[in-house]
Amino acid sequence: MNSFFKGAACGLALLIHQSLPAFAEDVTLNAIFMKQAAYSEDDTKAMAKAFEEANPGLKVNLEFVPYEALHDKIVAAQGAGSSGYDVVLFDVIWPPEFATKGFLQDVTARVPKGDRDKVFDGAWTTVDYDGKIWGMPWILDTKYLFYNEDMLKQAGISAPPKTFEELAEQAKIIKDKGIAKYPIVWSWSQAEALICDYTSMVGGAKGSFIQDGKLSFDTGGSVEAVNYMKKTLDDGVTNPNSREYLEEDVRKVFSAGEAAFAMNWTYMFNMANDPKESKVAGKVGIVPAPGFKGKAEASAINGSMGLGISAGSKHPDEAWKFITFMTSQETQNKYAKLSLPIWKSSYEDPAVTKGQEKLIDAAKISLGVMFARPMTPSYPELSSILQKNIQQVLLGQASTDDAMRAATKAAGRLR
Amino acid sequence: MAPAQQDRTAWLLLTPMISIMVLVTAFPLLNTLWLAFTDAGLTGQGYVWQWIGLENFAYILDDSDFRAAVGRTAYFTVISVSAEVVLGVLVALLLNQEFKGRTLVRALLILPWALPTIVNAVMWRLIYNPEYGSLNALLTQIGLLDAYRSWLGDPATAMNMVILADIWKNYPLIALIALAGLQTVPKDLYEAAIMDGANAWTRFWKITLPGIMGALSVAMVLRAIEAFKVFDIFYVMTRGGPADSTKTVSFFVYQESFTYLRAGSGAAYALTVTAMSALMIAIYVVLLVRREKRS
Repeated sequence: MNSFFKGAACGLALLIHQSLPAFAEDVTLNAIFMKQAAYSEDDTKAMAKAFEEANPGLKVNLEFVPYEALHDKIVAAQGAGSSGYDVVLFDVIWPPEFATKGFLQDVTARVPKGDRDKVFDGAWTTVDYDGKIWGMPWILDTKYLFYNEDMLKQAGISAPPKTFEELAEQAKIIKDKGIAKYPIVWSWSQAEALICDYTSMVGGAKGSFIQDGKLSFDTGGSVEAVNYMKKTLDDGVTNPNSREYLEEDVRKVFSAGEAAFAMNWTYMFNMANDPKESKVAGKVGIVPAPGFKGKAEASAINGSMGLGISAGSKHPDEAWKFITFMTSQETQNKYAKLSLPIWKSSYEDPAVTKGQEKLIDAAKISLGVMFARPMTPSYPELSSILQKNIQQVLLGQASTDDAMRAATKAAGRLR
Repeated sequence: MAPAQQDRTAWLLLTPMISIMVLVTAFPLLNTLWLAFTDAGLTGQGYVWQWIGLENFAYILDDSDFRAAVGRTAYFTVISVSAEVVLGVLVALLLNQEFKGRTLVRALLILPWALPTIVNAVMWRLIYNPEYGSLNALLTQIGLLDAYRSWLGDPATAMNMVILADIWKNYPLIALIALAGLQTVPKDLYEAAIMDGANAWTRFWKITLPGIMGALSVAMVLRAIEAFKVFDIFYVMTRGGPADSTKTVSFFVYQESFTYLRAGSGAAYALTVTAMSALMIAIYVVLLVRREKRS
């Protein structure tokens, strides 16, 4: 019996010894990133490797999850009581929730004052909340209207659409001429992607999500946007499978040459132009997403994402060092093929613009008109409400007015 | 050693195991129970909470979305488990016959069941793909379908398509258990029945089925409990869509706790679901006890 206790005591001592932090040892940062859209996994890994080489003693452990799991993973890791990740990639819609619920560290004092003017305002809205800064913008992204240049030429269309009405008309011509069965493809699955397309359209109709200080989705812009979505489905110009598609599905359909038009993020431009990934390489046109006739020239959704330090991180200084490296103009200019830099002056740098002039031209307009989704700490729930109700319209289960009124009512009950 | 000392030694040796069990089972369970009576929210610093008594449960009783989710989950459970039982028994009967290569086929049978659910779900997503899925290709080529369809994007088909994927993965378990049950049915019963002029149909209903019913009902209840808490296959295949038509109770609990960060009401939903499962577990226990008594 005696030796049993001795053994147990020894084991315990060993355990404690191992869990004590060793002095002056390497610091390993745990970071969570996402799989699809914007910078690819390979790009992110290459950036982290360059950081490790430049900073001996610092290691970065990267984890990639699908966008759909990113939010839940970040909160679950911290809610579980472990320190979780040191560096987290967060979407523009989460700072109100993350800031009020203490998931992120306030980094206002860390951001150099001089940087505020050098970076696009749209990028800063990604990390600003309540007068404080909660991270550094990393991905400056919005959705563009992509088109297949060959198909438009074949249909005798000289210029891509400038309004959503024109988009539907041109799509009708392409459909009637039998060039594409379903000319437009979108990501309207029950997911955040649907809300991004919807928000862009609400912006393009000069609508607003706030009416008399309350969240409202049954007025002008919203109704116009959802009616338009439904009508393009009814007219057969929108691919009906859009209702189960995410961004990657849209990219595959467009790259397979089955769609004339597609709404998607920046990353699709160079991927659809890559002959290894796409049948339409070299024929990819890109313009800012249009607006509604007489309302707006162009529309865009603020789909930016930032890097922040999670509240439980034991190595905030090292984490910030990593974030600074990842968001630096030098790093961003080097990897500007799938995601464009947050830095204004990069857009004049030939190293960034070369080979993607069309994308840069569209970006210069789109980045100036980025429309934001509602800012609320209960955003994830609000988004679920909108997803469900908009989908009910798209599936013909409810009228636009009924569904959007129901969404507004449910939004009013949010805690 | 004296018996009392023996007892003490036994308890001492069991202590590590018991403390681990308390740590990993009892503690989370009690924690959930406590959470369900609070309005705890998940934050970066843990829970921020207030005692609110039965409020969460009152809210659940009044929640039509949750009721709809219970209905959907019950539908999923009933359809997939009954289809699995029918298919499982038929396959077991087939594999109980003598034929060449029987061992190989029996081994192959286990494959779908051995597949991780996530892999199975991704695979079926590909099969159902609206642009290049093999199901669409098959059905259009044999003329059953005019044009490719969006199986998972249509609320009328999405649930049934997920059920089909679930059946394919889980029927082998039932088949294996039924097959094992078939080995225990005495051969002479069949011989006697044939003497008495019973045909195959009668033999199945009077001998085979009663013979395997014990094992089968246990398997059925176990599958039903598992099916009722289904989560992963929906998470991968539909994420509750389209328009919430495949949102099951577990998905509901998950969203409440981890997407909306309401740990309190999330726990209350979880307990409600557990209570429903407990009902099935009670049936399972009764069945087990009855089997014990019989044998």
